[in-house]
Amino acid sequence: MRNVVALLAGLIFSIGLAQSEMINPDRVLGFLDIFGQWDPALAFVLGGAVVVTMLTFRVILKRTHPLLDKEFYLPAKESLDSSLIAGAVLFGIGWGLYGYCPGPALAAIAYLEPNNGLFVLSLLVGTLLARWWVSRHA
Amino acid sequence: MTKSMLSFDVVLPALLGGVLIGLSASVLLLFNGRIMGVCGILNQAINFKGGSNLWAWLFLLGLVAGPLASDAFLGTSQPVFEERTLLVTIVAGLLVGFGTSLGSGCTSGHGVCGIGRLSQRSIVSVLVFMLAAMVTVFVFRHMWGA
Repeated sequence: MRNVVALLAGLIFSIGLAQSEMINPDRVLGFLDIFGQWDPALAFVLGGAVVVTMLTFRVILKRTHPLLDKEFYLPAKESLDSSLIAGAVLFGIGWGLYGYCPGPALAAIAYLEPNNGLFVLSLLVGTLLARWWVSRHA
Repeated sequence: MTKSMLSFDVVLPALLGGVLIGLSASVLLLFNGRIMGVCGILNQAINFKGGSNLWAWLFLLGLVAGPLASDAFLGTSQPVFEERTLLVTIVAGLLVGFGTSLGSGCTSGHGVCGIGRLSQRSIVSVLVFMLAAMVTVFVFRHMWGA
Protein backbone atom coordinates (compact mmCIF):
# COMPACT_ATOMS: atom_id res chain seq x y z
CA MET A 1 0.00 0.00 0.00
CA ARG A 2 2.87 2.38 0.84
CA ASN A 3 4.23 1.65 -2.62
CA VAL A 4 0.95 2.63 -4.27
CA VAL A 5 0.92 5.91 -2.31
CA ALA A 6 4.50 6.63 -3.40
CA LEU A 7 3.61 5.99 -7.05
CA LEU A 8 0.59 8.29 -6.82
CA ALA A 9 2.58 11.00 -5.03
CA GLY A 10 5.21 10.94 -7.81
CA LEU A 11 2.47 11.13 -10.41
CA ILE A 12 0.65 14.07 -8.80
CA PHE A 13 3.94 15.88 -8.25
CA SER A 14 5.02 15.77 -11.88
CA ILE A 15 1.53 16.49 -13.22
CA GLY A 16 1.93 19.66 -11.13
CA LEU A 17 5.30 20.31 -12.78
CA ALA A 18 3.77 19.84 -16.24
CA GLN A 19 0.68 21.98 -15.53
CA SER A 20 2.81 24.81 -14.16
CA GLU A 21 5.35 24.41 -16.99
CA MET A 22 8.19 24.11 -14.49
CA ILE A 23 9.23 21.12 -16.60
CA ASN A 24 10.44 23.72 -19.08
CA PRO A 25 13.86 25.00 -17.91
CA ASP A 26 13.43 28.20 -19.92
CA ARG A 27 10.47 29.17 -17.68
CA VAL A 28 12.65 28.57 -14.61
CA LEU A 29 15.50 30.68 -16.02
CA GLY A 30 12.89 33.35 -16.80
CA PHE A 31 12.12 33.53 -13.09
CA LEU A 32 15.78 33.57 -12.07
CA ASP A 33 16.52 36.35 -14.56
CA ILE A 34 15.33 39.23 -12.39
CA PHE A 35 17.12 41.82 -14.53
CA GLY A 36 15.69 40.53 -17.81
CA GLN A 37 12.17 39.69 -19.01
CA TRP A 38 11.12 38.52 -15.54
CA ASP A 39 8.69 35.58 -15.47
CA PRO A 40 7.01 35.34 -12.04
CA ALA A 41 5.47 31.85 -12.57
CA LEU A 42 7.88 29.95 -10.32
CA ALA A 43 7.03 32.23 -7.39
CA PHE A 44 3.36 31.23 -7.70
CA VAL A 45 4.25 27.55 -8.06
CA LEU A 46 6.45 27.52 -4.96
CA GLY A 47 4.03 29.83 -3.15
CA GLY A 48 1.03 27.63 -3.97
CA ALA A 49 2.88 24.51 -2.86
CA VAL A 50 4.16 26.05 0.38
CA VAL A 51 0.73 27.41 1.36
CA VAL A 52 -0.60 23.85 1.09
CA THR A 53 2.27 22.22 3.01
CA MET A 54 2.24 24.87 5.74
CA LEU A 55 -1.43 24.10 6.39
CA THR A 56 -1.31 20.31 6.05
CA PHE A 57 2.10 19.55 7.64
CA ARG A 58 1.07 21.32 10.83
CA VAL A 59 -1.92 18.98 11.19
CA ILE A 60 -0.17 15.83 9.93
CA LEU A 61 2.85 16.21 12.23
CA LYS A 62 0.59 16.40 15.31
CA ARG A 63 -0.05 12.70 14.79
CA THR A 64 2.18 10.19 16.57
CA HIS A 65 2.77 8.29 13.32
CA PRO A 66 1.73 8.35 9.65
CA LEU A 67 -1.30 6.33 8.51
CA LEU A 68 0.70 3.50 6.95
CA ASP A 69 3.95 3.44 8.95
CA LYS A 70 5.23 3.42 12.53
CA GLU A 71 7.16 6.69 12.40
CA PHE A 72 7.79 9.93 10.51
CA TYR A 73 11.13 9.98 8.68
CA LEU A 74 12.20 13.59 9.20
CA PRO A 75 15.71 15.03 8.77
CA ALA A 76 17.63 14.70 12.03
CA LYS A 77 19.85 17.76 11.62
CA GLU A 78 18.49 21.08 12.86
CA SER A 79 21.48 23.41 13.02
CA LEU A 80 23.17 25.17 10.13
CA ASP A 81 26.50 23.86 8.91
CA SER A 82 28.97 24.53 6.11
CA SER A 83 27.81 21.53 4.03
CA LEU A 84 24.30 22.96 3.87
CA ILE A 85 25.55 26.34 2.65
CA ALA A 86 28.21 25.02 0.26
CA GLY A 87 25.75 22.51 -1.19
CA ALA A 88 23.13 25.21 -1.73
CA VAL A 89 25.65 27.49 -3.48
CA LEU A 90 26.83 24.74 -5.85
CA PHE A 91 23.28 23.59 -6.54
CA GLY A 92 22.20 27.18 -7.21
CA ILE A 93 24.98 27.71 -9.75
CA GLY A 94 24.02 24.51 -11.60
CA TRP A 95 20.33 25.42 -11.45
CA GLY A 96 21.07 28.88 -12.87
CA LEU A 97 23.22 27.42 -15.66
CA TYR A 98 20.62 24.98 -17.00
CA GLY A 99 17.26 25.75 -15.38
CA TYR A 100 16.63 22.27 -14.02
CA CYS A 101 16.55 21.10 -10.43
CA PRO A 102 16.31 17.31 -9.81
CA GLY A 103 12.48 17.06 -9.91
CA PRO A 104 11.79 18.46 -13.39
CA ALA A 105 14.97 16.87 -14.82
CA LEU A 106 13.87 13.38 -13.73
CA ALA A 107 10.24 14.05 -14.68
CA ALA A 108 11.34 14.89 -18.23
CA ILE A 109 13.17 11.56 -18.72
CA ALA A 110 10.19 10.09 -20.60
CA TYR A 111 10.60 12.66 -23.40
CA LEU A 112 13.84 10.83 -24.27
CA GLU A 113 15.73 14.03 -25.12
CA PRO A 114 19.47 13.30 -25.46
CA ASN A 115 20.36 16.63 -23.82
CA ASN A 116 18.20 15.91 -20.78
CA GLY A 117 19.56 12.35 -20.64
CA LEU A 118 23.07 13.76 -20.40
CA PHE A 119 21.95 16.19 -17.68
CA VAL A 120 20.38 13.38 -15.61
CA LEU A 121 23.47 11.20 -16.06
CA SER A 122 25.69 14.06 -14.86
CA LEU A 123 23.31 14.63 -11.95
CA LEU A 124 23.66 10.97 -10.94
CA VAL A 125 27.46 11.17 -11.17
CA GLY A 126 27.39 14.35 -9.06
CA THR A 127 25.22 12.62 -6.46
CA LEU A 128 27.61 9.67 -6.20
CA LEU A 129 30.61 12.03 -6.06
CA ALA A 130 28.99 13.87 -3.15
CA ARG A 131 28.40 10.58 -1.36
CA TRP A 132 32.07 9.67 -1.77
CA TRP A 133 33.15 13.18 -0.70
CA VAL A 134 30.99 13.13 2.44
CA SER A 135 32.15 9.63 3.45
CA ARG A 136 35.75 10.78 3.07
CA HIS A 137 35.30 13.90 5.17
CA ALA A 138 32.98 12.48 7.81
CA MET B 1 6.51 44.70 -14.41
CA THR B 2 4.09 44.64 -17.30
CA LYS B 3 0.46 43.70 -16.93
CA SER B 4 0.76 40.57 -19.08
CA MET B 5 3.24 39.03 -16.63
CA LEU B 6 0.57 38.74 -13.99
CA SER B 7 -2.26 37.72 -16.29
CA PHE B 8 -4.51 34.79 -15.45
CA ASP B 9 -2.74 32.68 -18.11
CA VAL B 10 0.48 32.93 -16.13
CA VAL B 11 -0.80 32.90 -12.55
CA LEU B 12 -3.53 30.24 -12.68
CA PRO B 13 -1.57 27.30 -14.15
CA ALA B 14 1.32 28.17 -11.82
CA LEU B 15 -0.92 28.20 -8.73
CA LEU B 16 -2.71 25.02 -9.83
CA GLY B 17 0.59 23.23 -10.42
CA GLY B 18 1.92 24.48 -7.09
CA VAL B 19 -1.15 23.24 -5.22
CA LEU B 20 -0.78 19.81 -6.85
CA ILE B 21 2.87 19.69 -5.76
CA GLY B 22 1.86 20.67 -2.21
CA LEU B 23 -0.84 17.98 -2.20
CA SER B 24 1.63 15.36 -3.36
CA ALA B 25 3.98 16.27 -0.49
CA SER B 26 1.06 16.15 1.96
CA VAL B 27 -0.06 12.69 0.77
CA LEU B 28 3.45 11.25 1.05
CA LEU B 29 3.89 12.62 4.58
CA LEU B 30 0.41 11.70 5.83
CA PHE B 31 0.43 8.10 4.59
CA ASN B 32 4.12 7.14 4.46
CA GLY B 33 5.76 9.63 6.83
CA ARG B 34 8.23 10.57 4.13
CA ILE B 35 9.49 13.98 3.01
CA MET B 36 8.86 14.57 -0.68
CA GLY B 37 12.32 15.70 -1.69
CA VAL B 38 13.31 14.43 -5.10
CA CYS B 39 17.05 14.29 -4.47
CA GLY B 40 16.50 12.61 -1.09
CA ILE B 41 14.27 10.00 -2.72
CA LEU B 42 16.77 9.57 -5.56
CA ASN B 43 19.51 9.05 -2.98
CA GLN B 44 17.47 6.32 -1.32
CA ALA B 45 16.67 4.69 -4.66
CA ILE B 46 20.36 4.37 -5.56
CA ASN B 47 21.36 3.25 -2.08
CA PHE B 48 21.93 -0.45 -2.60
CA LYS B 49 23.07 -1.21 0.96
CA GLY B 50 19.87 -3.01 1.83
CA GLY B 51 16.66 -1.73 3.34
CA SER B 52 13.43 -1.60 1.40
CA ASN B 53 13.53 1.22 -1.11
CA LEU B 54 10.96 -0.06 -3.59
CA TRP B 55 8.72 2.88 -2.64
CA ALA B 56 11.46 5.31 -3.78
CA TRP B 57 11.65 3.62 -7.20
CA LEU B 58 7.86 3.71 -7.50
CA PHE B 59 7.81 7.42 -6.62
CA LEU B 60 10.34 7.99 -9.41
CA LEU B 61 8.26 5.88 -11.80
CA GLY B 62 5.22 8.05 -11.04
CA LEU B 63 7.40 11.13 -11.49
CA VAL B 64 8.45 10.03 -14.97
CA ALA B 65 4.92 9.00 -15.98
CA GLY B 66 3.22 12.22 -14.80
CA PRO B 67 4.16 14.54 -17.68
CA LEU B 68 3.11 11.90 -20.24
CA ALA B 69 -0.25 11.51 -18.48
CA SER B 70 -0.64 15.29 -18.30
CA ASP B 71 0.18 15.67 -22.01
CA ALA B 72 -2.21 12.89 -23.00
CA PHE B 73 -5.21 13.80 -20.84
CA LEU B 74 -4.76 17.24 -19.29
CA GLY B 75 -3.93 19.52 -22.18
CA THR B 76 -0.20 20.16 -21.68
CA SER B 77 2.50 19.41 -24.24
CA GLN B 78 6.17 18.54 -24.30
CA PRO B 79 8.18 21.67 -23.52
CA VAL B 80 10.26 23.25 -26.24
CA PHE B 81 13.33 25.04 -24.97
CA GLU B 82 16.63 26.38 -26.15
CA GLU B 83 19.30 23.75 -26.49
CA ARG B 84 22.19 23.93 -24.02
CA THR B 85 25.77 23.18 -25.01
CA LEU B 86 27.28 19.86 -23.92
CA LEU B 87 29.66 21.61 -21.54
CA VAL B 88 26.89 23.57 -19.82
CA THR B 89 24.73 20.44 -19.58
CA ILE B 90 27.44 18.31 -17.96
CA VAL B 91 28.75 20.99 -15.60
CA ALA B 92 25.23 21.98 -14.52
CA GLY B 93 24.20 18.35 -13.98
CA LEU B 94 27.27 17.63 -11.87
CA LEU B 95 26.75 20.77 -9.77
CA VAL B 96 23.04 20.06 -9.21
CA GLY B 97 23.71 16.43 -8.23
CA PHE B 98 26.69 17.23 -5.99
CA GLY B 99 25.17 20.36 -4.44
CA THR B 100 21.76 18.90 -3.59
CA SER B 101 23.38 15.80 -2.10
CA LEU B 102 25.92 17.76 -0.03
CA GLY B 103 23.29 20.31 1.04
CA SER B 104 20.69 17.62 1.89
CA GLY B 105 17.95 18.86 -0.41
CA CYS B 106 16.67 20.69 -3.43
CA THR B 107 13.68 22.78 -4.42
CA SER B 108 11.14 20.12 -3.43
CA GLY B 109 12.81 18.89 -0.22
CA HIS B 110 13.98 22.21 1.24
CA GLY B 111 11.58 24.42 -0.71
CA VAL B 112 8.17 22.75 -0.65
CA CYS B 113 8.57 20.50 2.42
CA GLY B 114 11.22 22.23 4.53
CA ILE B 115 9.59 25.66 4.41
CA GLY B 116 6.25 23.91 5.04
CA ARG B 117 7.49 22.71 8.40
CA LEU B 118 9.39 25.96 9.03
CA SER B 119 12.81 24.31 9.18
CA GLN B 120 15.55 26.87 9.72
CA ARG B 121 18.02 24.84 7.63
CA SER B 122 15.59 24.70 4.72
CA ILE B 123 14.74 28.40 4.76
CA VAL B 124 18.45 29.29 4.72
CA SER B 125 19.13 26.73 1.97
CA VAL B 126 16.36 28.09 -0.28
CA LEU B 127 17.54 31.68 0.16
CA VAL B 128 21.13 30.69 -0.64
CA PHE B 129 20.41 28.57 -3.73
CA MET B 130 17.92 31.11 -5.11
CA LEU B 131 20.48 33.88 -4.72
CA ALA B 132 23.28 31.75 -6.22
CA ALA B 133 21.05 30.85 -9.18
CA MET B 134 19.99 34.47 -9.77
CA VAL B 135 23.61 35.65 -9.67
CA THR B 136 24.58 32.87 -12.09
CA VAL B 137 21.84 33.85 -14.55
CA PHE B 138 22.82 37.50 -14.23
CA VAL B 139 26.48 36.74 -14.95
CA PHE B 140 25.80 34.50 -17.94
CA ARG B 141 22.96 36.50 -19.49
CA HIS B 142 23.90 40.08 -18.79
CA MET B 143 27.66 40.24 -18.13
CA TRP B 144 29.09 37.48 -20.29
CA GLY B 145 26.94 38.77 -23.14
CA ALA B 146 25.67 35.22 -23.79
